[in-house]
Amino acid sequence: MERQAVARSRRAPAIRRILTPYLFLLPALGLLAAFTFYPVALGTVLSLFEYNVIAPPRFAGLANFRALWSDRYFWIALENSVTYLAVVPVLQGCAILLALWVHRSARGLGWLRAAYYLPVVTSIVVVGMLWRWLYDDAGLVNYLLLQLRLLHGPVHWLSDPGIALYAVMFVTLWKGLGYYMVIYLAGLEAIPPTFAEAAAIDGAGPAQQLWRVTLPLLRPSILLATTLSAISALRVFEEVYVMTGGGPIYATYTMFYYMFDQAFGALHLGYAAAIGVVLAAVTIGLSVANFKLLREGGLAYY
Amino acid sequence: MSAAVEYAGLALVAAVTAFPFVWLLATSLRGSGAVFSFPPVIVPRPPTLANYVGVWETMPIGRFFLNTVYLTGMGITLTVATSALAGYPLARMRFPGRDAIFYAIVGSLMLPQHVGLILNFVTMMRLHLIDTFAAVYLPSAASVFGIFLLRQAYLVIPLEIEDAARIDGAGELRLWGQIMLPLVAPALATLAIVEFSAYWNSFLWPLIVLKSPEKYPLAVGLLNLSGLFAHNTRYVAAGAVMMTLPMIVVFLALQRYFLRGITIGAVR
Repeated sequence: MERQAVARSRRAPAIRRILTPYLFLLPALGLLAAFTFYPVALGTVLSLFEYNVIAPPRFAGLANFRALWSDRYFWIALENSVTYLAVVPVLQGCAILLALWVHRSARGLGWLRAAYYLPVVTSIVVVGMLWRWLYDDAGLVNYLLLQLRLLHGPVHWLSDPGIALYAVMFVTLWKGLGYYMVIYLAGLEAIPPTFAEAAAIDGAGPAQQLWRVTLPLLRPSILLATTLSAISALRVFEEVYVMTGGGPIYATYTMFYYMFDQAFGALHLGYAAAIGVVLAAVTIGLSVANFKLLREGGLAYY
Repeated sequence: MSAAVEYAGLALVAAVTAFPFVWLLATSLRGSGAVFSFPPVIVPRPPTLANYVGVWETMPIGRFFLNTVYLTGMGITLTVATSALAGYPLARMRFPGRDAIFYAIVGSLMLPQHVGLILNFVTMMRLHLIDTFAAVYLPSAASVFGIFLLRQAYLVIPLEIEDAARIDGAGELRLWGQIMLPLVAPALATLAIVEFSAYWNSFLWPLIVLKSPEKYPLAVGLLNLSGLFAHNTRYVAAGAVMMTLPMIVVFLALQRYFLRGITIGAVR
């Protein structure tokens, strides 16, 4: 039966048979080449040029990077982006805790899971506007904290330069919690219950089981989620754009924001590309470090 | 830790994630009074649709809505089509360069996409596509996640089915279109739903390439709206509910597919 099938397919014109797989791939590969590979490659090269769209690009060597080095706003943006990384451990800690709880008491909690996921599927524009209202001097957050007597007076969440960045970080946490919880939940469901049983027989308490068994086995999920979350923290833009516009006085100005302003506001495309390359370098460095740190673990390790 | 504490924790987190939406809905249904009244109004008395009517009459919300539906529809169609095509030979044919192509596709996830953003803008300008819908959906019309997802789905189809079709004389195109494609329908549905939320909510790229307000999707239009009606929060809230409601309905109806989409994306 198999031989017959092969023989029949051999009868098809040879050239068509050779081309078929490539024709199937053509639309996707063409689009990826045009809008992913080409722009990333050329964008990296563009960081060595001066380019404002109107005049032809002019080679500038490392001038863009030298200019960045003495650019005050670049350092402010870099510092804010790196500070934003603080959201990663908090977010992942909360997501793991939530996943552990949901995993243990999963039955009949479908609607709770849906509630956690609501912010994930909501547009960042709606989320940003909503939190701008909640963070208002007379908004719900201040009201609740005043009622609970945790505050003496209203906090200017988004207009106090010392607080605004952390207020935006909380929104990132709020919006991402459900997403990462689902990743961890999938990781937890992949762990056979025999591990917990064996640990219990060996006399491990709940805390020991968590630290010595569950978390090490969850490491691949943690590696994936922390990497994703760190990359998006370094590249944060949309939350900031909608909620604070980078202010007050650059308190929430991030690398991506600076790149965006330079590219599409000032039309300094080469300079913007240089900012993008530095951001990429920081991101790659961090991802590699994270990978080295969390590589060992998971089912294959034991 | 006792079960009671866990349940209390779960309920508290759910309240924190869901309550702002309740407040948003209540605000959009309120007829009058300060938006920031204490205690916060959860059940507006009497509830009114006046804000919805008002925002519909003063802003082209209907237009934004249609734009979003069109962009989302085109985006999903193209992404599903390109993924359904590209995943097939990667899973079921043998040809020179197959593995290299597959690794290049998956590896592109590691590329710093934000650097590409600048050049994509230049490309769109060169193609004279700035301020067109095509500029919005073309750059994301091929999805690495989609290709990967469909390849996995094609891989698990038993060889016997393929052989039987070939004996019946099916050519490569018919084999794919009539036999294989129906068998990967669940994967196509998962991809369509994941892409639905991506296109429906997409905001940064449309903001960059669209110039005329009559072409804005809801996300960009709504941001404009919030600037214009900074003093009328209830109008803006009504607009926000109109944008969010379809997404939430789709999510609640097809939750399983959404969550499967993330899990497949995650466990690579």
